[in-house]
Amino acid sequence: MPSADEVRSRIESAIPGAEADVQTQDEVHFSALVRASAFDGLSRVQQHRLVMDVFQGELGGAIHALELKTEVS
Amino acid sequence: MSDNQIRDAIAEAIADNDIILFMKGSPDRPACGFSARTVAMLQALETPFTAVDILPDPRIRQELSALSNWPTIPQLFHNGELIGGCDIVTEMYESGELATVLGVDAPSDAPDRAPAGADPAPAPLGIENRLG
Repeated sequence: MPSADEVRSRIESAIPGAEADVQTQDEVHFSALVRASAFDGLSRVQQHRLVMDVFQGELGGAIHALELKTEVS
Repeated sequence: MSDNQIRDAIAEAIADNDIILFMKGSPDRPACGFSARTVAMLQALETPFTAVDILPDPRIRQELSALSNWPTIPQLFHNGELIGGCDIVTEMYESGELATVLGVDAPSDAPDRAPAGADPAPAPLGIENRLG
């Protein structure tokens, strides 16, 4: 099971300029606030896709749910 | 129905319905908290919408996600475009953007914060129930 810190560092290393604040109670359900300069000019759907793509195949598996909020930094 | 026919049927449903929500369960009997919350927001705006339950056949979810390039359920579409899942819909509801995008006047008694939604009923398929 991934820790909040693992999820944070995977987001930050995959998305240029990203800063993520990740919370989890149970290491299965996560909530993340992600700020990134790479989000500039993208729709919310595109911003969320960038983050969800980091965990392809794990969403619904090891990561049951990832509650997500994105902002342009 | 073949996988391709399912995908075509989904694409047609998205094209034919102004507001369409793919969800787990039905609006009256949502089978997941995120689907329940999304239904509650649309109902708070008193906008009619079409709902499709993805649970009866796992291929519906598979083909929908392949078509939309979006891994999770629920998925809300407006005029053929993916608006987003529960998180995006919540953010847009609370900023007032959802009503604007959907072209509805929010009723004066609509709550500012996204409504919680009904308690989800147990899903008929155990395996899908954990696919947040």
